[in-house]
Amino acid sequence: MAVVFEKTKALTDLKMHYCPGCAHGIVHRLLAECLEESGDVKDAIVAVPVGCAVFANKYFNFDGIQCAHGRAPATATGVKRVQKDKIVITYQGDGDLASIGTCEIVHAAARGEKITTIFINNGIYGMTGGQMAPTTLPGMKATTAKNGRDPAVNGFPLRVSEMLATLDGPAYIERVSVSTPAQVTQAKKAIQKALEIQKKGLGFTFIEVVSSCPTNWGMTPVKAMEFVREKMIPYYPLGVYKDITAEGGK
Amino acid sequence: MAKVLMKGNEAIGKAAIEAGCRYFFGYPITPQSELPEYLSSELPKVGGMFVQAESEVSAINMVYGAAAAGARVLTSSSSPGIALKQEGIGYITNASLPAVIVNMMRGGPGLGTIQPGQADYHMTVKGGSNGDYQNIVVAPASVQEAVDMVMEAFDLADHYRVPVIVLADGLIGQMMEPVEFHYVPKWDLPEKDWALRGKGDGEKHMVENLVMEARECEEWNLAHYRVYRKIEEQEQDWEEYKLEDAEYAFVAYGTVSRIVKSAISQLREEGYKIGLIRPKKLWPFPQKAFDRWDGQIKKYLDVEMSMGQMVQDVAYACNDKHKIEFYGRTGGIVPGVEEIVVFAKKIMGGDK
Amino acid sequence: MAKGKVTINEDICKGCGLCVSVCPKQVLELSKTKINASGYNPAEAVNDECIACTSCAKMCPDCAITVERF
Repeated sequence: MAVVFEKTKALTDLKMHYCPGCAHGIVHRLLAECLEESGDVKDAIVAVPVGCAVFANKYFNFDGIQCAHGRAPATATGVKRVQKDKIVITYQGDGDLASIGTCEIVHAAARGEKITTIFINNGIYGMTGGQMAPTTLPGMKATTAKNGRDPAVNGFPLRVSEMLATLDGPAYIERVSVSTPAQVTQAKKAIQKALEIQKKGLGFTFIEVVSSCPTNWGMTPVKAMEFVREKMIPYYPLGVYKDITAEGGK
Repeated sequence: MAKVLMKGNEAIGKAAIEAGCRYFFGYPITPQSELPEYLSSELPKVGGMFVQAESEVSAINMVYGAAAAGARVLTSSSSPGIALKQEGIGYITNASLPAVIVNMMRGGPGLGTIQPGQADYHMTVKGGSNGDYQNIVVAPASVQEAVDMVMEAFDLADHYRVPVIVLADGLIGQMMEPVEFHYVPKWDLPEKDWALRGKGDGEKHMVENLVMEARECEEWNLAHYRVYRKIEEQEQDWEEYKLEDAEYAFVAYGTVSRIVKSAISQLREEGYKIGLIRPKKLWPFPQKAFDRWDGQIKKYLDVEMSMGQMVQDVAYACNDKHKIEFYGRTGGIVPGVEEIVVFAKKIMGGDK
Repeated sequence: MAKGKVTINEDICKGCGLCVSVCPKQVLELSKTKINASGYNPAEAVNDECIACTSCAKMCPDCAITVERF
């Protein structure tokens, strides 16, 4: 009998504080597995956000720094410019990255900082209790948009991958999801590719993960994953938005 | 090393390099832009790195990352830009990281004016970020002193693991004076075994800022304050000028102290027994200077390029608010010798 | 005949049910009788149809599942 799946050593034994069914745990595991499999755990440094993942550094079994809200790309820039040979990752949610930290992520991407950003897009502020995020879908309810996001009042969601793909700095941008086992497999491949490109020093890499928030969406974890497939992904289509390593670039 | 004639902002850049700083993250703002300009060309020559950030906020958060990664790192700005940096200064402070921040003050508030001022005393000495904390604040009065203080600032930052703010003004930044660079480390500093370098074969390092339990957060703060008490005991720094027979003492720092010295010369020629206590560090404030001279000083004449932001500290230091008289100009006006002489004479009893 | 085996770490399972929802052989269910220290009904294997596809483990946010193949 052979073990075909067990917890990666690149995660600590701490029990994660996330709500039942929260996909942060899945994405944490994917990042950790990628680093373990490539032998890079010893060289990894993660910059974590303000939001539900603020304690992610406790779960990763490698170096980490807790950043100010939205500033992880700037802080990671400081780390990477000093530790040029290390693998520097930012792990950020949508309030952190697409609202208060829009400036930082756009410019880190434009500079082609040799870091990898993992962007969890679940269309809601989780830690503060379900307020409207920059990525909340039109019509989607939030505690600060109780009747659903009204574009006439609240404007429209940001499609960050598409926006960053217009820049010359990024080397790789892919939007993935983790609502099915097949998507999880694809998400892992995307993270692997991004980390490889970072190691080669080719530029900024960005993986957006369309995710769920069962608690603040008011759904069971399984229903929330259905919502991801039926509502989120049509608005945030999955796929590769930029890949300078592809034939002829993209 | 022979003296060279340098502009304050550029001399500060060279001083940082001499002290082993190899990283600068900043954003343009008058009147400090010569500093990033200088370092953008000089740092690469010594294997260093200059990054022009997209904002002051980003710049200070880059400093946070570089400091966490174990580097000697510098940023600089002027008043409104320093206001923007307050977020990151709080984070760097909370994480017990060393960094040096130069503030070439201009008149405020808001966009204010680009002329020199001293109205960021409260923001830097009392803390402009949230929470209980202090930063070491050094206040040079000449280009040479700016050079020496910047070098010392890196040692202080590393030794105590605190941010150090170099609080100068546009005049110090813009004026040219002959300077020499002679960096002698203040301490034999240990290796930064806490820095983020990838864990290698060892234990992982974490630079943290959020504390969930209030009790634990209080412990963090108390640990910082134990360091602050040490700094208050060890690092007070001031100049005593013509105090031996003085009955009155000016209290002034930075650019204004130079003008005050000219006023003292004039007043002494007319027979007034007046000297100067010049804080070279604003935090820790030089309490010991006041303890030493308080017995013979009748009145303290606090002169500033602000509306009296230092007055409370002088009052606390001499323990008698009635002994303090204040004269200040604001909004970027540098007071002249004459107006200071007139002010002092009024306090000391008119013309002799 | 089982080709694989899932082992649930019941202490850290939060009973979210994502593993249950993706198992192609309906091997897993949330326990109706067990409650762990955190108050959750952990997932448990209820038959021996496991084919070791690891879909459950891939979806588990808490790394609570180990999969073995015969």
